[in-house]
Amino acid sequence: MTSTAEVVARPVGGGQPPLLSLRGMNKSFGPVHVLQEVDLDVFPGEVTALVGDNGAGKSTLIKGIAGIHAFDSGVYTFDGEPVTVTNPKQANALGIEVVYQDLALCDNLDIVHNLFLGREISKGGRLDEVTMERRATETLAGLSVRTVRSVRQHVASLSGGQRQTVAIARSVIWNSRVVVLDEPTAALGVAQTEQVLKLVRRLADNGLGVVLISHNLNDVFEVADSIAVLYLGRMVAQVRSADMTRNQVVELITGGRSGSIGLPAAETVDGLPELPPVGVGSSADQEATA
Amino acid sequence: MSTSVRSSISSSAPLPGTPEPTSESPGIGGALRDYGVRLRGGDVGGLPAILGLLVLVAVFSGLRPSTFTNAFNFANLIHQSAAVIVIAMGLVFILLLGEIDLAAGYTAGTAAAVMGIVVTQQGQPWWLAVLACLAAGAVVGALIGLLVARLGIPSFVVTLAAFLGLQGVLLKLIGEGGTIAIRDSTLIAINNDDLPLAVGWILAIGTVVVYAVISLRGAAVRRAGGLHTAPPAVLIGKIVVVAVLLLAATAYLSVERSRNPAATSLKGVPIVVAVLLVLYVTLNFVLSRTSFGRHVYAVGGNAEAARRAGINVRQVRLACFVIGATLAAVAGILLASRNNSISPTTGGADTLLYAVGAAVIGGTSLFGGKGRVIDAVLGGLVIAVIINGMGLLNQPSSVVYMVTGIVLLVAASVDAISRRRAQSTGRI
Repeated sequence: MTSTAEVVARPVGGGQPPLLSLRGMNKSFGPVHVLQEVDLDVFPGEVTALVGDNGAGKSTLIKGIAGIHAFDSGVYTFDGEPVTVTNPKQANALGIEVVYQDLALCDNLDIVHNLFLGREISKGGRLDEVTMERRATETLAGLSVRTVRSVRQHVASLSGGQRQTVAIARSVIWNSRVVVLDEPTAALGVAQTEQVLKLVRRLADNGLGVVLISHNLNDVFEVADSIAVLYLGRMVAQVRSADMTRNQVVELITGGRSGSIGLPAAETVDGLPELPPVGVGSSADQEATA
Repeated sequence: MSTSVRSSISSSAPLPGTPEPTSESPGIGGALRDYGVRLRGGDVGGLPAILGLLVLVAVFSGLRPSTFTNAFNFANLIHQSAAVIVIAMGLVFILLLGEIDLAAGYTAGTAAAVMGIVVTQQGQPWWLAVLACLAAGAVVGALIGLLVARLGIPSFVVTLAAFLGLQGVLLKLIGEGGTIAIRDSTLIAINNDDLPLAVGWILAIGTVVVYAVISLRGAAVRRAGGLHTAPPAVLIGKIVVVAVLLLAATAYLSVERSRNPAATSLKGVPIVVAVLLVLYVTLNFVLSRTSFGRHVYAVGGNAEAARRAGINVRQVRLACFVIGATLAAVAGILLASRNNSISPTTGGADTLLYAVGAAVIGGTSLFGGKGRVIDAVLGGLVIAVIINGMGLLNQPSSVVYMVTGIVLLVAASVDAISRRRAQSTGRI
């Protein structure tokens, strides 16, 4: 990507204030402490990749951001203001949209209907199809989507990449400011992945804060400005992708530590088993140092 | 964000050789081609029902030219099919969700019994009885809808229980073995009498004019908005077809059809046609032009997607069951009016199965997410023509049932095959 060249010079966020900022988020499901003191910053105009192994807490983190499962504790700041997000409606009202991995589209409706699903534009109790169709066409054109033959096509007739495009277009049609994408390329072929990644980059270039969850480090290095690594429920690092090598990120994902970045050596699996803190310190100590 | 996206819209010049997202291809040839593509892709719409109707009418007209095609039988056909069509209209809402209402027939009977009690036994005015009837239907629908939407019991089981239970309620209301007679002249007129000739013509011409104005204005608004519109020839062709059909039917119904005109004169458009027209226009508007209608399709297509899009799925389900049962109550009025009474079999026997059959024959899918109000009308007419025509051929009930069963099976096969094609070509 050409945009990565300009990214190199900047620190995380390029000095601008973050659009969405999490500090010290915690989330437990019963006795399982899924997220521990997690910090995350999402900057406007940037793609922030969220990576981590299975079970690291990525899904829990985005569900907390989207208000599906509220965080237990921590400070959630949006646009510099501390906010409370405990249900999806509050997140939507702030301009936070999530595009889920299992696409939430209705096959029996066309693209326009899907883009405006649940938020149809009506005039005097009557659907305003003309306005909706025009805005749908404009939004797709604004995202430089030219692979769709007709916006009146049923979604069932679209390819995986096109469906993902529609799902992403739906997240931006309502002046959203932060878009969270959950593995948007997981089920796609090479060409379609490329197409969706370009779209992800374009969202950020349009000034949105984008959070990209991915298992694929190729994708991450192609579009992300910064990389946030979750390891066993902790945010071990949020770094500029240009400052990192692929191996360093892999080490962070699998071991929670790479050189001087990440958890203190004593707290990684290599240094110490996570659970019984034999002879090193109580779990309370661990959290204090985290 | 809005400003930056807008600016990028204006700045992004279309790439050469890549078409902008548009609608179908232009011209009459293009429109025909698009229709052909849609048909081959499994999007058959009402075509099988229309073809079936034409074939059946041709066959019966050939076999019984004097009795089947005369004006008396034509009006009779309308009276016979009206109740089934109205129940089927309600079922379209429920089938669109992918649910079923097996109790719609006895909902009609029970609501009609409530009407009979209010008007005949309590001596209240007819309009109060009609309101009580509609309210009874809505209550039944709300109970079924709550059990399905709130508790998540499969609608098949809930409505099967309601089918049995309402049969009992109907017996209880009527008193075992008896009937409730309807003597109110207004109620009897609804599904027996005709509109004055002039009113019938005004209704027909008014419908054509309103239809023409709405479709031409819709096209003009789309053109003004810079969107693709069907070619004018196609629009005008549709208007002409609607006009010819409606005016021809009105002319035929305006013919004197009484065998003894001196004693009683029988001519004019049946009152029930006006009832059907109002219901069709209203329900079709709700389903295709309001956000509620859109939500019904969304819930039927992918309930989880609808939920994530912020649609109150339970409320939509509940509303559809209430609409379905209220329309069943309307059908109960038509049945009671036609028979001048309510008996324990009102809305029983085959009424429900004919109504489900009508919706499916018309093109509504049993799998949810696909169907229109017109399906109920077309399918209801197909069923009425079969029953009526077989009766004129002096066929025993055994044969009528078997033929109806086969037609339903054919319709369900068309649905299944078109679904398969639709899945392979991506048109569901």
